[in-house]
Amino acid sequence: MGSGALFIAVFLACVVEAVEATTIVLAAGTARDWRSATIGMAGALAALAVIVAVLGPAVSEVPLRGLRLVVGALLLIFGLQWLRKAILRASGRKARHDEDKIFAEQLADAAGQSRRRVGLVPDWYGFTLSFKGVLLEGLEVVFIVLTFGSNQHDVGLAAIAAGCAVLLVAAAGLAVRSPLSRVPENTMKFVVGIMLTAFGVFWGAEGAGAHWPGSDAALLALVPAIALFALLLVALMRGSPAAGRDARVPASAAADGS
Amino acid sequence: MARRIRAVAAFWYDFVVGDDWLIAVGVVIALALTYGLSRAAVPAWWLLPLSLVLLLPLSLWRAARRR
Repeated sequence: MGSGALFIAVFLACVVEAVEATTIVLAAGTARDWRSATIGMAGALAALAVIVAVLGPAVSEVPLRGLRLVVGALLLIFGLQWLRKAILRASGRKARHDEDKIFAEQLADAAGQSRRRVGLVPDWYGFTLSFKGVLLEGLEVVFIVLTFGSNQHDVGLAAIAAGCAVLLVAAAGLAVRSPLSRVPENTMKFVVGIMLTAFGVFWGAEGAGAHWPGSDAALLALVPAIALFALLLVALMRGSPAAGRDARVPASAAADGS
Repeated sequence: MARRIRAVAAFWYDFVVGDDWLIAVGVVIALALTYGLSRAAVPAWWLLPLSLVLLLPLSLWRAARRR
């Protein structure tokens, strides 16, 4: 995998996570208190930085084959879960990810909680909502950066890609002060699911001792093959009688991904 | 304390295993078989793609049946 592919894979995955974290921080800031939400976000980012500082050097010490086996297994499990949800959404069997709706639900939840000051934090609920949201979504970013980066011996580039994604989404969120519902999140999740699955299959097999025909070039066949298979499953599931029972979506949305 | 440990375990289960345990178990079995074949000097690259072709529709079918 070249540097460009590494950058794009990490960037796309991190944009999706950053959009979700931004929605939570915006909800905490809007419904509760901006200062508490900002402190919560900063605290979570600091905790994530510590995790990267501790785990980063440790991961790079693991022998490559063992690392690829573990990382491949995790990526494959993550990727298949993402792909599964994406296919269910695209086929109308699961409600599509809707940042506007999530934002409204978060606002309603947050508005009903009582206010309590703790130390420098004016509103503890707003702080914890923001902290937990950024930490949980950030953990996935950290995982993606460390796994993709260490496998390609370029954690620095993976970290830059993640940083660009987070900064871009955070800037957009601050500028519009509303959930980033115009980001094609469902489509991006579909694409990221395909990429995580493809890299998981490739690295997992290598880690388990298998050798791919064509070596790294096998990825060029794996990615489109998995994409085609996923689209075929979407078409099959849309065609079955129970499709759309939970969430009706227009036929054109299948091509729009998950 | 026990509640906190359960919460941490539930978080990691949800983070790693996710919505369908079958996928996680299937991936681990497929990797173990790949390792076994490779040790026996049998080409094993095809096993993970095959497991994907089996696991993903099976998991989708289980999800569709539950709804």
